[in-house]
Amino acid sequence: MTTALTQTVGLTRPKTTRFNANPIIRIVLMLLALSAMSGLAIITLFIFKEGVPIIAKVGFRHFLFSSNWYPLEGEFGIFSMIMGSLAVTAGAMVVGMVFGLGCAILLTQFCPPRWVSIIKPAIELLAGIPSVVYGFIGVAILVPFIRDYLGGPGLSVLASSIVLGVMTLPTITSISVDALQAVPRTYGEGSIALGATEWQTTYMVILKAARSGIVAAVILGMGRAIGETMAVIMVAGNTLDVPHSILDPVRTLTSNIALEMGYAAGDHRKALFATGVTLFVIIMILNTIALTVSRRRSKGKVLAK
Amino acid sequence: MKYKIQTSSLNLHYGSFHALKDVFIRIRPRMITAIIGPSGCGKSTLLRCFNRMNERTAGVQIRGHILLDGQDISQTGNDLTQLRKRVGMVFQRPNPFPLSVFDNVAYGLRVHAMKKGAAVGKAVEAALRATDLWDAMKDNLHRSALELSAEQQQRLCISRLVAVEPEVLLMDEPCSALDPIATEHVEELMRVLAEKYTIIIVTHNMQQAARVSQETGFMLLGELVEFGQTERVFTNPADKRTEDYVTGRYG
Ligand SMILES: Nc1ncnc2c1ncn2[C@@H]1O[C@H](COP(=O)(O)OP(=O)(O)OP(=O)(O)O)[C@@H](O)[C@H]1O
Ligand SMILES: [Mg+2]
Repeated sequence: MTTALTQTVGLTRPKTTRFNANPIIRIVLMLLALSAMSGLAIITLFIFKEGVPIIAKVGFRHFLFSSNWYPLEGEFGIFSMIMGSLAVTAGAMVVGMVFGLGCAILLTQFCPPRWVSIIKPAIELLAGIPSVVYGFIGVAILVPFIRDYLGGPGLSVLASSIVLGVMTLPTITSISVDALQAVPRTYGEGSIALGATEWQTTYMVILKAARSGIVAAVILGMGRAIGETMAVIMVAGNTLDVPHSILDPVRTLTSNIALEMGYAAGDHRKALFATGVTLFVIIMILNTIALTVSRRRSKGKVLAK
Repeated sequence: MKYKIQTSSLNLHYGSFHALKDVFIRIRPRMITAIIGPSGCGKSTLLRCFNRMNERTAGVQIRGHILLDGQDISQTGNDLTQLRKRVGMVFQRPNPFPLSVFDNVAYGLRVHAMKKGAAVGKAVEAALRATDLWDAMKDNLHRSALELSAEQQQRLCISRLVAVEPEVLLMDEPCSALDPIATEHVEELMRVLAEKYTIIIVTHNMQQAARVSQETGFMLLGELVEFGQTERVFTNPADKRTEDYVTGRYG
């Protein structure tokens, strides 16, 4: 297998003598690449090995569709947490897309280019703020605000969605801006010259041309939102009920693992691994759906230059 | 109306650069008018005045008048969409949208909310027939326009304009990205279209200007040096600079 791979690598690279003359470097690079991949594979294997047996023991349907999570009594149902994760992620995506994509469109289509070079790095800086700081700001400002003006305990789906949405902004904005800037100017000119308004041009031509990049931006943002833990624990309330309104508190899959791993043992610990497996599968499914949708929509519509 | 487009003392500045100097030009309707001249003399700039595309560039200042059917186009105020529907533009590099062939042609109809339902399909067919694309495209309407050949793409861009029933077609070096045979085809198409539309073509290719146009203007450094019947401009130019250029003695 190694030789087959080596040959492939050799083929895809320009054949410079220097590169071929140094098989040691090639082997080292190969090993590094393989170790990264095998790391991923080992982690996957490990959580599945730890988690899957307990799902089988509790019963697949019971595990996924029961909301009774009483680890001490051996009741492991994570339905409320699945709903919690999905609700919070969906809310975060609404916030992230409205503001992130909106910002990207505004910056690339309606602002002088100089603004982009100032505002985009500023938004990217948001990615460097530790998530606990987001959570802290959420608890200190957002949660009391929601409690006082909208009702409920404040710690809620809404608060988590807003905090997570803001956390996905750097990803969504930055990648969307790149995708929109990569659209050839001639598309926009052609549309304007046909009498379309700037806004028609943006949503009928530019957004379509940039669609694959924007989908990628949203997928990455979604990955960040569904996997985020610390900020959510701080603002979500972490109760074990299925949320009925956006003002209800929730517990997400990630929070569940982080909150209980410290003292869990035996089946409880395994059930937390199983929670991880579920999270893993949900992320895979969401990514696949997003990719298929974008691919199907653009079928027969080559998005190259 | 004797002239479709008429300018008087048209001046354009890009910042401090004087790109059009007192241009006075009269374009007759339903004819092909060619504008020739060396690179950078302002041909594209002049063309882009007629559909007010220059105004999108920062730092552009325009003085003077441009009359379309006797009406000053700067008087259309903000209704640029109406003006650009009447005065369509074909670009140097074919620039179909990254949509299907059908959606490309239907684009203008949708933008101007001109047709609905089945009428859209009819209009698309008519527009594709007008550029001789229908037979090749009727089974490929849902293919991406980007998969077509360069010539087909340029024809599609012309169909896209024809669909919104314009009056003037501005063509900025429409054949420079095409091979000689495709060029010949597009020239033939222009002759047919000139029966219905007023066409202004910018070209570097003097043979092309001589072949397709009835009137020719020669520009140099932002000035319209000479304007008149194509045959006269090429065989008996009034200005020494025109003579130098058409005989190939210019730089
Ligand atoms: N946006 C701009 N800003 C500043 N100067 C410009 C701009 N666009 C064009 N110019 C200048 O105006 C002059 C005329 O440009 P224009 O594009 O009209 O020339 P052209 O005759 O079409 O040339 P070509 O044959 O190369 O297309 C050129 O000297 C060019 O450098
Ligand atoms: Mg030009």
